Amino acid sequence: MRTRRDEIIEALGEHVYITVVALIVGCVLAFMLALTARRWRRLELVILGGSTALYTIPSLAMFSLLLPVMFGLGVAALSTTTVIVGLVLYSLTILVRGILTGLDGVPPDVREAAVGMGYGGGKLLWRVELPLAMPTIFASLRVAAVSTIALTTIGLIVDHGGLGNLIDQGREANFKAEVLTATVLCVVLALVADLLILGVEKLATPWRRKAA
Amino acid sequence: MGGIGDGISWLFDGEHWQGPDGILTRLYEHLGLTIISVAIACAIGIPVGLWLGHIGKGGALAINISNVGRAIPVFALLALLALTPLGRSNAGTVLALVLFALPPILTNTYVGTREVDRDAVDAARGMGMSGMQLLRKVEVPLATPLLMNGVRLAAVQVVATASIAALVAGPGLGRIITNGFARQDQPQVVAGAILVALLALAVEGVMEAMQRRLDPMRRAGRVSVGRPPDVIEAVTGS
Repeated sequence: MRTRRDEIIEALGEHVYITVVALIVGCVLAFMLALTARRWRRLELVILGGSTALYTIPSLAMFSLLLPVMFGLGVAALSTTTVIVGLVLYSLTILVRGILTGLDGVPPDVREAAVGMGYGGGKLLWRVELPLAMPTIFASLRVAAVSTIALTTIGLIVDHGGLGNLIDQGREANFKAEVLTATVLCVVLALVADLLILGVEKLATPWRRKAA
Repeated sequence: MGGIGDGISWLFDGEHWQGPDGILTRLYEHLGLTIISVAIACAIGIPVGLWLGHIGKGGALAINISNVGRAIPVFALLALLALTPLGRSNAGTVLALVLFALPPILTNTYVGTREVDRDAVDAARGMGMSGMQLLRKVEVPLATPLLMNGVRLAAVQVVATASIAALVAGPGLGRIITNGFARQDQPQVVAGAILVALLALAVEGVMEAMQRRLDPMRRAGRVSVGRPPDVIEAVTGS
């Protein structure tokens, strides 16, 4: 016999799983795309334009359009994978922009000084540019996390919307408390994710604390 | 199970365009909901944003309302409203759409008014303009690019949100998708998704053109303020 508690924990677990996987994959892909755009500036417009167009597509349509794509790839269409792929596509717009804005915001003097000190290529990126771009990148990650958590609910269209499933169940059964509980949990989850990323940012940029 | 091609051929079947469940009916519903909701949101958001920007207060509220709006799932709000007496009519859907259209309009109008060059405001005051004159002749024209950016974001957001209304048995193009799922008719699901996506892209295009037409600086042949910062851009879709 499944209790309500089990149901809530299961839905919450699925919600967190979908969000975390989507954000990690989104970050990795966004970094690759941002570095590609920086290397070949001509591709920048294509990458930014393409991801912005994707962002314009409403989520209900996005998940539905992914069904035949998933089927073509031989992946079960009514699965968490479909939801995660859709969410990754949305997060790319926010993250690629954030990473590019952050990296472009590194003062040219700093870059010149680093090159003069013998930094170059990957070392320049990892040791100088990325640390300075951190605040902007983390800001975009927070926006991406909060919107991903909210959007996950629409995954219920393919039966995997985490807390969205509970909301739908409660709505069909005219059970207001269930809808309200799931909604509050969604908002709390977004808040916790936001604070968590803020905490990681503080840990990842210790020099900013000393300066303050 | 069919692919994108089957969805496109579904669209070319004339029968699917007619009747109470037809594409045309759903399109009218969708556009009607969108226009009414964006109009109401503008009627509330623009005056409030202009006023807060003019007096220079309430900034935290105007900015944070966008962040709060982002955390509340559209579907959750629609489901909650559907369980109230209001939800059984279209008024519930319109209310939800207005609530999600307000943040981008309010935030962008506020920031647009606030970021009007202080020198221009001082000069206008020095010329003896009253508060209302200042607002009408200086702040509103200079805030228009950002203000229109907010309206564009709101319109695109509302088109997306209106499709989600179908998940709680509301009207609009989203119904073609949900009905398709209910009947396990995948070509219909894909066809509905194509329609919703095309409508969103079309609204984005039209609003962008309108934004350019209504930019007073551009009309005056001067260089415009350019695109607003990303923070304001990133008000989420749904």
